[in-house]
Amino acid sequence: MRSIITVFLITSIALAGMAEIRNTLPDSRSNLGFQQPDDTLNPFQKANEKCFLCHGQKVYEYSNENLGKTIKASMSSERVIDRTLFYQSNHHSFMCTDCHSDQYNIFPHPGELRMEQKFNCIDCHGGDPAYEEFRFELIEEEYARSTHYRLEESGFSCWSCHDPHTYKTVTRKGSDISQTVLFSNGICIDCHGNNDRFAILSDGRENNIIRQHEWLPRQAAHMKSVRCLECHAEKNDSLLVSHFVKPAENAVKGCNECHSKNSMLMASLYRYQAAEDRKSLGFLNSAILNQSYVIGATRNEFLNILSLLIFGAVLLVIAIHIFFRIKKSATKHKGGENVPLS
Amino acid sequence: MYLYPKWIRLWHILNAILFIILIATGISMQYADKERVIGFATAVKWHNIAALVLTASYVFFILGNAMTSNGKYYKISRKNLFKDIKTQFRYYAFGMFRGEKHPFPVTPERKFNPLQKITYVLAMYAGMPLIIISGIGLMFPEITVRRFFGVSGYILTDILHITVGFLLSLFMIIHIYTCTLGARPGSLFMGMISGYHVGENE
Repeated sequence: MRSIITVFLITSIALAGMAEIRNTLPDSRSNLGFQQPDDTLNPFQKANEKCFLCHGQKVYEYSNENLGKTIKASMSSERVIDRTLFYQSNHHSFMCTDCHSDQYNIFPHPGELRMEQKFNCIDCHGGDPAYEEFRFELIEEEYARSTHYRLEESGFSCWSCHDPHTYKTVTRKGSDISQTVLFSNGICIDCHGNNDRFAILSDGRENNIIRQHEWLPRQAAHMKSVRCLECHAEKNDSLLVSHFVKPAENAVKGCNECHSKNSMLMASLYRYQAAEDRKSLGFLNSAILNQSYVIGATRNEFLNILSLLIFGAVLLVIAIHIFFRIKKSATKHKGGENVPLS
Repeated sequence: MYLYPKWIRLWHILNAILFIILIATGISMQYADKERVIGFATAVKWHNIAALVLTASYVFFILGNAMTSNGKYYKISRKNLFKDIKTQFRYYAFGMFRGEKHPFPVTPERKFNPLQKITYVLAMYAGMPLIIISGIGLMFPEITVRRFFGVSGYILTDILHITVGFLLSLFMIIHIYTCTLGARPGSLFMGMISGYHVGENE
């Protein structure tokens, strides 16, 4: 009997451990809202390699015919494209000259190409039924209302946040919220955590998000667990991700917006999970429970009811006890004795 | 009969105040909504402050019990344990209404009756360590076990914390009520202020 119990316990622990390992392994397919790009599908790899020869690394070489020698030079970081990331990106099947001028096939590149008009998301994706789910037109409208839009004259564009060479819709509908948070906040930190990039578009304002968020308790835990967008963007149920980024002074600062039964996180960060497993096992906002724990939002209805019943029962017993004490005291008083209530 | 030395009385009144703050702020956090009397940020701040003071006061209590004779009142003898508890329970439920004598009257050697003793020991030597340890886990989530058999360690820590908190809240309510069962309804409360216990025949 003891050996059966031992085998049962070991098996249970092993199964639980396997489930745990499976939960923590990055499941590239199931975590994606979309199919993972496959670099073997790009028929233009050879053509692209002509560009990557120089733009694929920080240092490149070219033959200077005037000088009759090979020159080594460093590539501006803004012009370096990571091959691996490109072939894993949403645009992995593109040829470089799909978006850039054919004139780039000429080397040295003609100087006027620097003034090349760049495409925005809407230029390709707008009005395309294949991308209806993303509502690019609505994104465009939201962006036009956002605080970032006023920087467009200074050069702000879709690409300021979403690099078309590496952009990948990894975690929009993913089950791993921490990856969603990491990905999303990475976009913001890219400028707001980098003074050099921030200075290009800012008017000299302070760019110290740690100091600016000093008021926020447990700052590191918050920044690791929720997206900047949760507090800084206006919610929009029609979009996968809100693009109406509000001015900093209009950001959410009330704790109860998230730490409450009607936590706004359920309408933003956890909205996709929320539809699937809301109230599972009696937990309100159970979607949060799967990934994290938010005081005030994570509640269990069963425990709430049970605690109220126990609390009520204790008060009832006390009330009955008091009743009999009063009754006994009254009886004694009638008999002329002066006795305490106890 | 002088039964409650000054350090016990000071610790007790501090403990009582901290319990009330912790229960009020704890409920405010757990059932946080926009219209709550105590705001979430205020509740968190005062809950943390009160918890830290409570932890210090608990250490003080443990050291006090270890270094003075007060610790002897918390020693449970297994001999007749359940029988004595049953006798005391029976007294509270029926005996006291029939005018029976208290089965375990207070003496300098026996401050607590068997039912008090078992609940005080459970509250102070099981409930308090559990709520303090789980509270530290919630205050410093980075030290909490991330996942335990596929379930978030943080939620398990929280469930433990609020369950023990709830049981200690019930303990406090029952404790306050049973403190009205002295010679007079207020005599045990007065005893905890003056240090002198008033017996039924005094």
